Amino acid sequence: MTAGKIAILLGAEIVCHDDLRDKEIMTACGSDMMSDVMAFYHDGGLLLTGLVNIQTVRTASLLDIDAVCFVRGKIPNTDMLALAQEAGIIIMQTALPMFPACGILYQSGVKGNIQAADK
Amino acid sequence: MTFDYVVSGDDFSSAGTASQDIKKRLQQLGIPVQIVRRTAIAMFEAEINMVIHAHGGVAHVAIDEHKITIIMEDHGPGIPDIELAMQPGYSTASESARDMGWGAGMGLPNMKKNSDFMKIDSTVGVGTRVTMELNIT
Repeated sequence: MTAGKIAILLGAEIVCHDDLRDKEIMTACGSDMMSDVMAFYHDGGLLLTGLVNIQTVRTASLLDIDAVCFVRGKIPNTDMLALAQEAGIIIMQTALPMFPACGILYQSGVKGNIQAADK
Repeated sequence: MTFDYVVSGDDFSSAGTASQDIKKRLQQLGIPVQIVRRTAIAMFEAEINMVIHAHGGVAHVAIDEHKITIIMEDHGPGIPDIELAMQPGYSTASESARDMGWGAGMGLPNMKKNSDFMKIDSTVGVGTRVTMELNIT
Protein backbone atom coordinates (compact mmCIF):
# COMPACT_ATOMS: atom_id res chain seq x y z
CA MET A 1 0.00 0.00 0.00
CA THR A 2 1.31 3.47 -0.79
CA ALA A 3 2.02 6.08 1.85
CA GLY A 4 -0.60 8.26 0.19
CA LYS A 5 -3.27 5.55 0.57
CA ILE A 6 -2.30 5.13 4.22
CA ALA A 7 -2.74 8.86 4.76
CA ILE A 8 -6.21 8.70 3.21
CA LEU A 9 -7.23 5.71 5.38
CA LEU A 10 -6.05 7.46 8.54
CA GLY A 11 -7.40 10.87 7.59
CA ALA A 12 -3.81 12.01 7.93
CA GLU A 13 -2.03 14.98 6.46
CA ILE A 14 1.41 14.41 4.95
CA VAL A 15 3.54 17.26 6.30
CA CYS A 16 6.95 16.16 5.01
CA HIS A 17 7.94 14.47 1.75
CA ASP A 18 4.55 14.55 0.09
CA ASP A 19 6.64 13.89 -3.04
CA LEU A 20 7.15 10.32 -1.74
CA ARG A 21 3.42 9.55 -1.30
CA ASP A 22 3.67 6.78 -3.94
CA LYS A 23 6.24 4.89 -1.88
CA GLU A 24 5.10 1.35 -1.05
CA ILE A 25 4.74 0.63 2.66
CA MET A 26 4.63 -3.10 3.36
CA THR A 27 4.70 -3.23 7.16
CA ALA A 28 4.15 -1.09 10.24
CA CYS A 29 4.80 -0.81 13.95
CA GLY A 30 3.04 1.20 16.67
CA SER A 31 4.92 2.32 19.78
CA ASP A 32 5.64 5.31 21.99
CA MET A 33 8.83 3.71 23.31
CA MET A 34 11.76 4.24 20.97
CA SER A 35 13.77 1.66 22.96
CA ASP A 36 11.23 -0.96 21.96
CA VAL A 37 11.20 0.17 18.34
CA MET A 38 15.00 -0.14 18.28
CA ALA A 39 14.82 -3.59 19.85
CA PHE A 40 11.95 -5.17 17.99
CA TYR A 41 11.27 -3.45 14.69
CA HIS A 42 13.76 -3.62 11.84
CA ASP A 43 11.52 -3.86 8.82
CA GLY A 44 11.45 -0.32 7.43
CA GLY A 45 7.89 0.69 6.58
CA LEU A 46 5.78 2.87 8.85
CA LEU A 47 6.14 3.84 12.50
CA LEU A 48 2.97 5.02 14.23
CA THR A 49 3.69 6.90 17.43
CA GLY A 50 2.36 9.50 19.82
CA LEU A 51 5.89 10.43 20.88
CA VAL A 52 6.76 13.78 19.37
CA ASN A 53 10.40 14.69 19.74
CA ILE A 54 13.54 14.76 17.61
CA GLN A 55 14.56 11.30 18.84
CA THR A 56 11.52 9.79 17.13
CA VAL A 57 12.75 10.99 13.74
CA ARG A 58 16.35 10.07 14.58
CA THR A 59 15.26 6.55 15.51
CA ALA A 60 13.36 6.28 12.23
CA SER A 61 16.41 7.51 10.35
CA LEU A 62 18.82 5.08 12.03
CA LEU A 63 16.45 2.15 11.40
CA ASP A 64 15.76 3.08 7.75
CA ILE A 65 12.06 3.54 8.50
CA ASP A 66 10.28 5.00 5.47
CA ALA A 67 7.47 6.92 7.15
CA VAL A 68 6.32 8.15 10.56
CA CYS A 69 2.69 8.86 11.42
CA PHE A 70 2.07 10.91 14.54
CA VAL A 71 -1.21 9.88 16.15
CA ARG A 72 -3.53 11.62 18.65
CA GLY A 73 -3.19 14.95 16.84
CA LYS A 74 0.48 15.39 17.80
CA ILE A 75 2.27 17.97 15.68
CA PRO A 76 6.00 17.68 14.84
CA ASN A 77 8.15 20.81 15.21
CA THR A 78 10.36 22.38 12.55
CA ASP A 79 13.58 20.65 13.75
CA MET A 80 11.89 17.28 13.38
CA LEU A 81 10.60 18.13 9.92
CA ALA A 82 14.04 19.38 8.84
CA LEU A 83 15.69 16.12 9.95
CA ALA A 84 12.98 14.08 8.22
CA GLN A 85 13.40 16.12 5.06
CA GLU A 86 17.16 15.47 5.06
CA ALA A 87 16.71 11.76 5.82
CA GLY A 88 14.00 11.22 3.20
CA ILE A 89 11.37 10.19 5.76
CA ILE A 90 7.68 10.80 5.08
CA ILE A 91 5.93 12.46 8.04
CA MET A 92 2.16 12.42 8.45
CA GLN A 93 -0.15 13.36 11.28
CA THR A 94 -3.60 12.09 12.20
CA ALA A 95 -6.09 12.95 14.90
CA LEU A 96 -6.82 9.23 15.43
CA PRO A 97 -5.60 7.50 18.58
CA MET A 98 -2.98 4.76 18.24
CA PHE A 99 -5.21 1.67 18.51
CA PRO A 100 -7.78 2.56 15.84
CA ALA A 101 -5.04 3.86 13.55
CA CYS A 102 -3.19 0.53 13.80
CA GLY A 103 -6.47 -1.40 13.47
CA ILE A 104 -7.52 0.40 10.31
CA LEU A 105 -4.17 -0.31 8.66
CA TYR A 106 -4.05 -3.94 9.79
CA GLN A 107 -7.56 -4.55 8.51
CA SER A 108 -6.55 -2.97 5.22
CA GLY A 109 -3.64 -5.35 4.74
CA VAL A 110 -0.64 -3.61 6.31
CA LYS A 111 0.77 -6.27 8.59
CA GLY A 112 3.24 -5.91 11.40
CA ASN A 113 6.02 -8.18 12.58
CA ILE A 114 4.18 -10.87 14.54
CA GLN A 115 7.31 -12.61 15.73
CA ALA A 116 7.28 -12.83 19.53
CA ALA A 117 10.11 -11.29 21.53
CA ASP A 118 12.96 -13.59 22.58
CA LYS A 119 12.32 -15.10 26.00
CA MET B 1 40.32 4.97 10.57
CA THR B 2 39.05 6.34 13.85
CA PHE B 3 36.40 8.80 14.91
CA ASP B 4 35.91 10.47 18.27
CA TYR B 5 32.82 12.19 19.60
CA VAL B 6 31.81 13.98 22.76
CA VAL B 7 28.31 12.96 23.82
CA SER B 8 26.71 15.88 25.63
CA GLY B 9 24.86 15.04 28.81
CA ASP B 10 22.93 18.28 28.87
CA ASP B 11 21.23 18.32 25.52
CA PHE B 12 18.91 15.39 25.06
CA SER B 13 17.89 16.55 21.61
CA SER B 14 21.44 16.06 20.29
CA ALA B 15 21.74 12.47 21.57
CA GLY B 16 22.21 10.18 18.61
CA THR B 17 24.08 12.60 16.38
CA ALA B 18 27.35 10.63 16.73
CA SER B 19 25.54 7.43 15.69
CA GLN B 20 23.99 9.24 12.76
CA ASP B 21 27.43 10.42 11.65
CA ILE B 22 28.91 6.92 11.94
CA LYS B 23 26.02 5.48 9.97
CA LYS B 24 26.65 7.97 7.19
CA ARG B 25 30.38 7.17 7.13
CA LEU B 26 29.78 3.40 7.04
CA GLN B 27 27.36 3.87 4.15
CA GLN B 28 29.98 5.91 2.31
CA LEU B 29 32.49 3.10 2.87
CA GLY B 30 30.09 0.64 1.24
CA ILE B 31 29.63 -1.49 4.37
CA PRO B 32 26.67 -3.93 3.95
CA VAL B 33 23.36 -2.37 4.99
CA GLN B 34 22.62 -4.91 7.76
CA ILE B 35 25.97 -4.21 9.44
CA VAL B 36 25.44 -0.46 9.10
CA ARG B 37 22.02 -0.75 10.75
CA ARG B 38 23.25 -2.98 13.58
CA THR B 39 26.13 -0.59 14.25
CA ALA B 40 23.78 2.40 14.28
CA ILE B 41 21.38 0.67 16.67
CA ALA B 42 24.09 -0.51 19.08
CA MET B 43 25.79 2.88 19.18
CA PHE B 44 22.56 4.88 19.41
CA GLU B 45 21.41 2.83 22.41
CA ALA B 46 24.80 3.41 24.06
CA GLU B 47 24.59 7.14 23.36
CA ILE B 48 21.12 7.35 24.85
CA ASN B 49 22.30 5.42 27.91
CA MET B 50 25.12 7.90 28.37
CA VAL B 51 22.74 10.83 28.25
CA ILE B 52 20.00 9.46 30.50
CA HIS B 53 22.22 7.75 33.06
CA ALA B 54 25.71 9.27 33.02
CA HIS B 55 25.56 12.99 32.05
CA GLY B 56 27.27 12.23 28.73
CA GLY B 57 30.70 10.86 27.88
CA VAL B 58 32.96 10.12 24.94
CA ALA B 59 32.59 7.75 22.00
CA HIS B 60 35.50 6.28 20.08
CA VAL B 61 34.90 4.32 16.87
CA ALA B 62 37.59 2.43 14.96
CA ILE B 63 36.93 0.90 11.55
CA ASP B 64 39.28 -1.48 9.78
CA GLU B 65 38.75 -4.02 7.01
CA HIS B 66 37.65 -6.73 9.46
CA LYS B 67 35.57 -5.05 12.13
CA ILE B 68 34.00 -1.95 13.66
CA THR B 69 34.97 -1.28 17.26
CA ILE B 70 32.89 1.11 19.37
CA ILE B 71 34.09 2.23 22.79
CA MET B 72 31.70 4.31 24.90
CA GLU B 73 33.14 5.73 28.08
CA ASP B 74 31.50 7.82 30.79
CA HIS B 75 32.13 9.05 34.29
CA GLY B 76 28.60 8.45 35.48
CA PRO B 77 27.35 6.53 38.52
CA GLY B 78 28.43 3.11 37.22
CA ILE B 79 26.31 -0.06 37.06
CA PRO B 80 26.05 -1.87 40.41
CA ASP B 81 24.68 -5.14 38.98
CA ILE B 82 25.51 -5.71 35.30
CA GLU B 83 23.61 -9.01 35.11
CA LEU B 84 20.45 -7.30 36.34
CA ALA B 85 20.99 -4.36 33.97
CA MET B 86 21.23 -6.82 31.07
CA GLN B 87 17.80 -8.23 31.88
CA PRO B 88 15.25 -7.16 29.21
CA GLY B 89 12.76 -4.71 30.73
CA TYR B 90 14.90 -3.75 33.71
CA SER B 91 15.51 0.00 33.81
CA THR B 92 16.50 2.68 36.28
CA ALA B 93 15.72 5.48 33.84
CA SER B 94 14.03 8.57 35.24
CA GLU B 95 10.44 9.49 34.54
CA SER B 96 11.65 12.30 32.26
CA ALA B 97 13.72 9.82 30.20
CA ARG B 98 10.65 7.61 29.84
CA ASP B 99 8.63 10.61 28.74
CA MET B 100 11.17 11.05 25.94
CA GLY B 101 10.59 7.46 24.76
CA TRP B 102 13.51 5.75 26.49
CA GLY B 103 13.90 3.58 29.54
CA ALA B 104 12.09 0.47 28.28
CA GLY B 105 14.92 -1.61 29.69
CA MET B 106 16.02 -2.77 26.25
CA GLY B 107 19.20 -0.72 25.79
CA LEU B 108 21.93 -3.08 26.99
CA PRO B 109 20.23 -6.27 25.69
CA ASN B 110 19.75 -4.56 22.34
CA MET B 111 23.40 -3.46 22.22
CA LYS B 112 24.49 -7.03 22.90
CA LYS B 113 22.05 -8.43 20.34
CA ASN B 114 23.31 -6.13 17.60
CA SER B 115 27.02 -6.54 18.24
CA ASP B 116 29.21 -9.60 17.75
CA PHE B 117 31.10 -8.91 20.97
CA MET B 118 30.27 -6.71 23.94
CA LYS B 119 32.12 -6.09 27.17
CA ILE B 120 31.05 -3.83 30.04
CA ASP B 121 33.57 -2.53 32.57
CA SER B 122 31.88 -0.55 35.28
CA THR B 123 32.81 0.73 38.70
CA VAL B 124 30.19 2.32 40.93
CA GLY B 125 31.01 5.97 41.49
CA VAL B 126 33.70 5.98 38.79
CA GLY B 127 32.04 5.26 35.48
CA THR B 128 31.36 2.76 32.73
CA ARG B 129 33.21 1.67 29.63
CA VAL B 130 31.32 -0.37 27.04
CA THR B 131 33.24 -2.01 24.20
CA MET B 132 31.34 -3.39 21.23
CA GLU B 133 32.66 -5.04 18.09
CA LEU B 134 30.88 -5.84 14.84
CA ASN B 135 32.52 -8.09 12.30
CA ILE B 136 32.61 -6.89 8.72
CA THR B 137 34.14 -9.99 7.23
